Amino acid sequence: MLDEFVIRAILAGVGLSLATGPLGSFVVWRRMAYIGDATAHAAILGVALALAFSVSVTAGTLFVALMVGLSVSVLAGKGYAVDTSLGVLAHSALALGLVAISFVQGVRIDLNAFLFGDILTVGRGDLLVIWGGSALVLLLVLWRWSSLLTSTVSEELAASAGINPNQERLTIVLALAVVVALSLKVVGALLIASMLIVPAAAARGFANTPERMAITATAIGAISSAGGILISLFADTPAGPSIVVFAAAIFVISLLSGRRQGSS
Amino acid sequence: MNLIGTENLNVRYGSARVLEGINFEISKGEIVTIVGPNGSGKSTLIKAILGILKPEKGRVIHKTGLTIGYVPQKLSIDATLPLTVERFLSLPVRRAGEDVQRILERVGASRLESHQMSALSGGQFQRVLLARALLVNPDILILDEPTQGLDQPGVASFYGLIEDVRREMGCAVLLVSHDLHVVMSASDRVICLNQHICCEGSPQVVSEAPEYRALFGIGTGGTLALYRHVHDHHDAGDHDHQHHEKSV
Repeated sequence: MLDEFVIRAILAGVGLSLATGPLGSFVVWRRMAYIGDATAHAAILGVALALAFSVSVTAGTLFVALMVGLSVSVLAGKGYAVDTSLGVLAHSALALGLVAISFVQGVRIDLNAFLFGDILTVGRGDLLVIWGGSALVLLLVLWRWSSLLTSTVSEELAASAGINPNQERLTIVLALAVVVALSLKVVGALLIASMLIVPAAAARGFANTPERMAITATAIGAISSAGGILISLFADTPAGPSIVVFAAAIFVISLLSGRRQGSS
Repeated sequence: MNLIGTENLNVRYGSARVLEGINFEISKGEIVTIVGPNGSGKSTLIKAILGILKPEKGRVIHKTGLTIGYVPQKLSIDATLPLTVERFLSLPVRRAGEDVQRILERVGASRLESHQMSALSGGQFQRVLLARALLVNPDILILDEPTQGLDQPGVASFYGLIEDVRREMGCAVLLVSHDLHVVMSASDRVICLNQHICCEGSPQVVSEAPEYRALFGIGTGGTLALYRHVHDHHDAGDHDHQHHEKSV
């Protein structure tokens, strides 16, 4: 029988996958991986702010992730070269966060937990936040599904059908910020983006419609969470990275099986 | 009754004014072609008409209850997005299977419904885009350089298809095009655009207008060929490229 903390950890991973599956698919389709990465790195600054102002870490990271996501999507919308400004913004925020945390008095924190996650210490309260937040993101994405998908295919086609593509882009950024805040505890700031991208990329090989890809990505995320946590228990490896390694392995398998299908 | 009209339309991108004082209208069943050099604001005008871009000044008026079928300039669907033709045609509104079949057959793209969008050829892709525009039973079909990237026979057959469809459905057609010698003869009216409307009228009138010749005709045989082509062949439908060569 598994210990309770293991079950809680697996439940946390599965709950998160409910949001990262569909959202990660959109991040891949819209080539927004860079925004996911930037908001996730900047989350460390959110941790510093949360400690300095004694608010919850989730609230702090949510705030910073939202700010970074919004500024990046505004810059991208105005046609700036996003690549460089994003690199500056994201890594400055990460570095500033790390420096700021060292200044926060009287707090001894484990930086590793924020950088690489600490899924094995997830408590009941955390579980509630993760499942609640994931459910919110999932509902938001399901509600906007058709509009999001249309504006992903073509912003012009969407606009001509009465959909506001800017609003749909904001929906994605908002959902991303929530997921970043939720994932910090699970896989850590450095690997959040991989939870979004790797399962979705792996799902591509097994899907022929957008809906199937989103569902498959959710399943792959959930399986990777459980698999990664079990591996980390038995092989004594860090849990967050183990989850990502598990997902990456599925991605490789999807590539190999996809190649076989392609030649037939 | 006009389907669409604009009143003193001005559009800018940042500090650059792209369109200035555009008064335009198109009525039921009319075929209007917009020509103009690169950067002349053709696509901008289309986007303003569709409501994708907000005008800086002036306004766009649609007839109440107007349905528009829009074929955009180009569309690149990321290969990571698995999207069948059938699913694409159901965006954002779900369509019945038989409607999808019927419309695909109409545009000569039958049996493509389960193909992936990213695996279509250029010509197939444009036909699917046209099918999508036709699904709404449009009063007006708006096409923004729909034949970019097609070879000459592909261009001719695509325009032939548009004319057939228009004859059947009776919709108006607003077309932006570079393929002047192919397109102009089939148009009721041609608008020559370069930030403002330089000249407008029947294909003959426009091709003879000094404003038009200043934009398109300097030092090339193209103008002459176009001019003769338009003059010699009032009847639409003969869209052979060879024919353009012969008329020089």
